This record gives sequence, C-alpha cells and structure tokens, in this order.
Amino acid sequence: MTGPLTTVPAALQHEVEQFLYREAALLDGWRLDEWFALMHPDVEYRVPAPGSDHLDPRHTLQVIHDDHTRLGGRVVRLTSKHAHAESPRSRTRRFVTNVRLDGPPGETGEITVAANFHVMRTRLGKLDHFLGTYRFVLVPDGAGFLVRERVATLDHGIVEAGGTVSIIL
Amino acid sequence: MTELLEPAALTGTAGLVDDRPAEGFFRVDRAALVDEAVFAEEQKAVFDRCWLYVGHTSEIAAPGDFRARTVAGRPLILWRGTDGEVRVFLNACRHRGAQLCRVPDGNARGMSCFYHAWTYSNDGRLTGLPDADGYGPGFDRSRFGLSSPPGVDVYRGFVFCCFDPDAVDLPTYLGEARDYLDLVADQSPEMEVVEGMHEYSMEANWKLFVENSLDGYHLIPLHRTYFDYLKATEDSYLDPRRPTEARDLGGGHAVITVEGPWARPVARWTPAMGEENRDYVEARRTELEERFDADRARRIATTDRNLLVFPNLVINDIMGVVIRTITPTAAGRTVIAQWTLATKGEPESVRARRLDSYVTFQGPGGLATPDDMEACESCQQGFATAAESPWSDISRGIHKEAAGGPFTAADEVQQRAFWRRWRDLLGLR
Repeated sequence: MTGPLTTVPAALQHEVEQFLYREAALLDGWRLDEWFALMHPDVEYRVPAPGSDHLDPRHTLQVIHDDHTRLGGRVVRLTSKHAHAESPRSRTRRFVTNVRLDGPPGETGEITVAANFHVMRTRLGKLDHFLGTYRFVLVPDGAGFLVRERVATLDHGIVEAGGTVSIIL
Repeated sequence: MTELLEPAALTGTAGLVDDRPAEGFFRVDRAALVDEAVFAEEQKAVFDRCWLYVGHTSEIAAPGDFRARTVAGRPLILWRGTDGEVRVFLNACRHRGAQLCRVPDGNARGMSCFYHAWTYSNDGRLTGLPDADGYGPGFDRSRFGLSSPPGVDVYRGFVFCCFDPDAVDLPTYLGEARDYLDLVADQSPEMEVVEGMHEYSMEANWKLFVENSLDGYHLIPLHRTYFDYLKATEDSYLDPRRPTEARDLGGGHAVITVEGPWARPVARWTPAMGEENRDYVEARRTELEERFDADRARRIATTDRNLLVFPNLVINDIMGVVIRTITPTAAGRTVIAQWTLATKGEPESVRARRLDSYVTFQGPGGLATPDDMEACESCQQGFATAAESPWSDISRGIHKEAAGGPFTAADEVQQRAFWRRWRDLLGLR
C-alpha cells in the first residue's frame, strides 16, 4: 500500500466500506449463518500466530487456518450451546477503519483491501482488546461481494487479549 | 531428585493431598490451587529443582541460530555455537544484567549488550570489552563468560535445563518417560519443530491444565462440538468403548494411550488425509517396520498418546505431535506455550494436513482448547467456595491400585502420579 494514492472510485470505496461494516455487524450480532453466507466457497480465514506472521503460512503454524469446511464447522460450533468458551457468549464491538483498496478491481473483479481493526470483547466481567490489521480479498457477487480471503493479523500476543481467540476475529 | 526433600515448610498446610488408596480416597485440598503461599513454595520446590523443557534442537538447526526463551521465569538463550554445540545461557549480561538478547530468534556469531557493549561469542565467551584498560590487572575476562543454568542436557532433540545443581542427571530424571519420548523421536530419521508457536493463557492454576492434559474422562462431555465436527467432516468419532490405557511412569511422569480413529501422518492413513497421501503414509509405516520390530512399529505409528514429563511438559502425539509447556505466573494465572513437531522433509500436502488437524483441535483458536481453558477457569472460580467445599476428588480407578491396574485413560491414576510427586517435592508427605 505504498506509492501514489490510488484513484479508487469513491463509489467503490464506499461500497467496500459498507460491506466490511455489514460483515462486522453480523459478527457482533452473532448472526453467524448470515455472515457465513458471505464467504466464498474457496474462502481462507486465517489468524497468524503472533510473532511469525511474516513467515510463509504454508510452512508456519497459524492460530486459525480455516477453509470453507473448517470455517463452517467453527460456525456450527459457535452457534451450538456446547461451545462452552462462548457460553455465555462474548459481546463484541468491532471498529474497522483505515480501509484501503489496493486499486481498482483487476480483470477478475477481485479487490484486495487492507484495514485496521479494534475488536473489543466483554464477557463475564472482563474486557479484552484485539488490535491488528485485516487483509480481505473480495470477489464481486451480484450486487455485493463474497470474501475469498480474510486474514486478521494481531499486533500483540493472545496472552495479552484474554488468553484465547474463542470468537471470530 | 532424591535427597531434595525438606520438612514441610507450609505450616498448617500439610495434608493438602489426602491420599488413602486402601480406603478408596484421593482428594486434593483446593488451597493447593488458590493459595499464593503454595504458589511461592512450589516455585522453589518444583520449578527450581526439576528438569524443565527449553526447546528442540531443530529450532536452532544451523550454527549461530538462537531462540530467546523464558523458563521458570528466567529469560534464557537457546543458542547453537559455531562449533555446532547446543548451549543454554542465562539472558543477562554478566556486567550489570541487562538482557543480552532482545529479539525472539535469529542467527548470530555473537551478541553485544546494548548497555555498555560487552560482547559475547556464541559459545558464551566474553570477547569484547570496551575500554578494557579501565579494568585492573586482576580482571580476568575468562571468568565473565555467559552463565548457564546448572543443568543443561538434550534427550533425543528435546533440550532441558535444571536450576538445581544437585539434581539427578536428565536420563535418570526422565526415567520411564524416555521410552515415550523415543516413540515420538523415532517417528522418522529426523524430526523438526515447525515454525510458529502458540502462546495462550488462562486465569486458573497451572495444575488444572496438567490434569486436563492427561484427562480422558472429559473428552466426550467437554469437547462435544469438536467430536461433532470430526464426525461431520471425516466420519471419525471416538467410541467410548475403545480400549485405552493410563500409566504412572514414576517420578511424577504419566501417560494415557488410545488407538484413535483419526488420521496420523506417522502412520495411520484414513480417507480424510486424501488419496494423494496414501502411498506416502503407508510407506512410513513400512519404513518403521523395517527399522523396528512389529510391535514397536505399531506403537510408534498408530497409538495416540498424551505424555506428561513432570512437572509441566506435555507431549501429545495424536493427529500430530504437540509439545506443550504449562507455566504458572501466579496461583491463578497460567501461560501455555505450544509447538508442533513434524517429520522433516514430508510432502507439502501431508504437512498442510498435519498443521490443519493441529489448529482445528488445539491452541488458542482451536475448536477444543478454548473450552479446556474455560473449564479450568470455571474450576478456579468455583474454588471461591474452597473454605466451605475444600476437596477436589481425584479417585477414579483408585480401587484398582492395589492390583496395579490396568487403568483406562478415563481413570485418574495418571493425575494421582502427578499430585503424589508434587506432594513429595513440597515435603507435605
């Protein structure tokens, strides 16, 4: 994201931002089935292990590395009453900011987006903060997008954020 | 660790472990899990005396490679010298104590302290001393090399250290646990720790997660969502009637064993691993049968094991190998570090499957570990009633102890093995 400021059409910038806000709102609202419907069949959802996010993910242990099947399994788990780490559920509030498009859509229509996030989680009288950056690859789908890649890279260790990542970041 | 026991230092807390096998009793006073005085005592009696895991030699494969680690609260440097030797140093400058190594890993022939620039080579010698003329003729720089813990030794690639100069040697300390480390180390001619580590934590006592790591009894009730996932995606499920085994290995070490239904990269192929990996995985099994006898090959290839090396090293060899350390930072707070050990040179698709199986189950974002953390934290919160309800029951299978077992993974003999050693070290017997 260096170099000259990109000349992304304002309407597209707006559209992408609104998509990210909607995605975040679905997660905050625990509307996980609707959220999962925004995922492309080839989706990769990844949270790198803090400290090794600069290394090739194919050869590096990740905290979360979900394809569509595993992410679907995560959603099924989180919506069941047996996901004990999320029973009772966390309340989350997501701030997605500094949204930057890599440029106009390529020939396939894919858009790569970088953003900052601050996810606050409250549960059982504790408040945890997750800070970091998102990388999204969005694929046009009808009037909106599907998420083909979703990488949440934390600026800090998980020990500093309540100990586990039991929510979707 | 003989001759290390002192009289009970915790006046009034003798009897934290109520061990009466003849009467079918085994229970632990929850004060052992909440009391900061017990935490302080076990730092001295357990962590300052036992051999503790530092890292794996594959993490410092090349001369000069280093990793910064913290073990029992001490910052350490695990460093391979230019001479190829694996060493562990205290990460504190001999001059005034500043941390010499301030990055998590790297490769260096030497390190220079950022404070006054004392410089050490990767064999620990003090090689650079700015303005050396300022020191008198009695100053002998050979006496100012980097310090090491009193005990440093390697067993099958696993690097341990010990802060007690009077401790028994590492092989003696490991005792019967060696056989189970061998089962992991023998999986292939060369094993390597995969880059990247998991570090997570819980607001609960460390001993609760040691127990959990050896607990076959909790799997089905606590981890239902994970087993539902396995059933849905791989059609494999853990039949509770499947035979399991638990063993007290002596010295506080213990193991539980099962032959699970899931895929193992070494070496149990199932359709979930993909047809493209079938030949590779089955060839590993054949290779083991050539290297070892049939029974040992079977144990290496198809038994799933959770091993505890007392006090806080757990090796899970299930769908892959997990190395876990469980470190208390207070009576009610614990930090867990995990790595995964894999066959060096295995195909990318096998490595990918191994990593995905690991992270789906384990670690801070897995489908199971967060529930383990939740369970341990819930226990810790329940211990607020310790004054009224002081005892945790750990008696499953105790009626079989007189006959020496056999025990299943859903018994608790493995947890009693841990607690009995803990009790002996704290001198509470």
